[in-house]
Amino acid sequence: MAQVSLKKLVKSYGALQVVHGIDLDVADGEFVALVGPSGCGKSTTLRMIAGLESVSGGAIEIGGIVVNDLPPRDRNISMVFQSYALYPHMTVRENMGFSLKIAKQPQSEIDRQVNEAAAILGLDALMERRPAQLSGGQRQRVAMGRAIVRHPEVFLFDEPLSNLDAKLRTQMRTEIKKLHAKVQSTVIYVTHDQVEAMTLADRIVIMRDGYIEQVGTPDEVFKRPASRFVAGFIGSPPMNMEEARVASGQLVFANGDSLPLPRQFADQVTEGEQVVFGLRPDDIFPSGHGLSSGSDGTVHEVTLPVSITEPLGNETLVFVEFAGREWVSRMLNPRTLKSGERIAMSFDFSQAHLFSAETGRSLAAAREI
Amino acid sequence: MSPAVRCHSMFRKISTPVLLLLPAFVVLAAVVLLPLLLSLYSSFTPFRLTRPATLWVWAGFRNYERILSDGVFWAAFVRTIVLLTIALNLEMLLGLGLALLVNKATRGKRVLRTIMMFPMMFSPVLVGFQFKFMFNDNVGLVNNALQSLGLTDQAIPWLIDGNLALFAIVVAEVWSSTSVFAILILAGLLAMPQEPVEAAKVDGCTAWQTFRYVTLPFVMPFAYIAMTIRSLDIARAYDIVKIMTDGGPARRTELIWTLVGRTAYSDAQMGLANAMAYVSILLSILFTVYFFRKLAAARTQIGAEW
Repeated sequence: MAQVSLKKLVKSYGALQVVHGIDLDVADGEFVALVGPSGCGKSTTLRMIAGLESVSGGAIEIGGIVVNDLPPRDRNISMVFQSYALYPHMTVRENMGFSLKIAKQPQSEIDRQVNEAAAILGLDALMERRPAQLSGGQRQRVAMGRAIVRHPEVFLFDEPLSNLDAKLRTQMRTEIKKLHAKVQSTVIYVTHDQVEAMTLADRIVIMRDGYIEQVGTPDEVFKRPASRFVAGFIGSPPMNMEEARVASGQLVFANGDSLPLPRQFADQVTEGEQVVFGLRPDDIFPSGHGLSSGSDGTVHEVTLPVSITEPLGNETLVFVEFAGREWVSRMLNPRTLKSGERIAMSFDFSQAHLFSAETGRSLAAAREI
Repeated sequence: MSPAVRCHSMFRKISTPVLLLLPAFVVLAAVVLLPLLLSLYSSFTPFRLTRPATLWVWAGFRNYERILSDGVFWAAFVRTIVLLTIALNLEMLLGLGLALLVNKATRGKRVLRTIMMFPMMFSPVLVGFQFKFMFNDNVGLVNNALQSLGLTDQAIPWLIDGNLALFAIVVAEVWSSTSVFAILILAGLLAMPQEPVEAAKVDGCTAWQTFRYVTLPFVMPFAYIAMTIRSLDIARAYDIVKIMTDGGPARRTELIWTLVGRTAYSDAQMGLANAMAYVSILLSILFTVYFFRKLAAARTQIGAEW
């Protein structure tokens, strides 16, 4: 069993604290992604789990054992690095078999494991090459092969795809997912790319400035972001958000534009409260060009001027001017729109988000309870 | 016709690039090529400094035949190789150790690196004098220290016993030049990416295994550069030996170049000395080729992009 638990985990460099006592439980066989902007402490956390950084406070447990003071080699983990970190003087075969050789496994066993991993990753033809003779994607596959031959209890990935081009990244993403389905080990995966996190992970941990903002399934963090930060970080294009004041059943924006207060929030706000109203691009659409939730009174229609459009083929991103800024909307079955044209836009209020302007926390959380 | 035009017409037949390179060619020919050819020529003559006319007597391969059948020359030749082997290995080990230690320092690496270079800043002649004093059997620091520590009550004849004298020379050489290795290997360590080291730790390596399988292969090309430089250095070792023992006692520390120097200037047999010099240059070329091969192989191994 290899569940990983972080208990009040702290990392500081001298007086500077970069991870502020985070708690996290990763179940056996679970794929968890740590995601956040650079400097949020996600890589530091991963490196502490690997044993490459010392723990300043709290505890890390792997399989129920506190590993704070164990060297990396005693933690039964494998790690895939952003820069691949292959041994430049060894062939692919030697790179992959190195950990087993160090563990003094018999040569026949090493060959068996390495060949098996090579077959899974499609590396058979490259076994006698050195890393310098491989492309970025091939190096990344070797790094993964090196990680899986050991059959570790926990895989750690540190931004493994960020050095690859977009096409290769998508391809490797699928391979990592297949790999996890095959080996069924616990995976902790660090990335700054929310798409990677969404597509790969069972659960996503969103970090910011050394704190955990939210932990949840991809669906949860997308549909019910716990904070303004998560709402802005997850989803592309990002959620439209604008500050407003609650005034007699209306949300009044700074420039005087207003929207009715979505009904589900009626009991969550007080008159005069400053809130942040949020709606994803998917939930704003030119009337008749979206996935309408029906006419149960949750769709609000406003006529707005178009500023620019970004055609994507099957859909078009339409930027409309409202409340003193541009709102991104998604137009399905697109027709050509002219800049400056006024069109009827539907706001699907059933999908609306409201955050406290003061704390940034979601006001929907109360609704759930 | 003005002088400028006349000058132009003189060089008219020479193309401009060649014309511009001509001064460099002339200087190089005068200071390098000519002496080289002259010395090569003189190695085929019985040229003695005291009898200039002998420069024009052709002797064929007689000098070379004499050297190759001369026990003294071969002894010096072999001794040079022995000194080179011992000194290179010691310097490699000590330099690697020093570099690893300095690399561990969390601060002041640059200051330490500069301090490490101090021995290189002294003239080898002075280093020779200093070690000659330190190894002096009566007033030397080494005997004094050994006796004070009660390790011996005798005056060890460091520079008088043949084997001990060679040992003393090795110590002086190693002291003055270990930093060549240390600095080059330190440069390698500083340039080394940290990820493979971390990967090795995760892969289950102990500190020693990480060093043995990851760090060492990476710094070996840098060590080979140091070895090339130092092998040329030691193969032409002269000053420290000249000062400390002058090839003595009884030629027990005679190296190729002290022998060449003695033959050329004390015995005034310049032709013979030049023949010796050409044989020893062959040795140096062999070492250079050998270490460059090793360097190339090590570079390919680590996939170096320089």
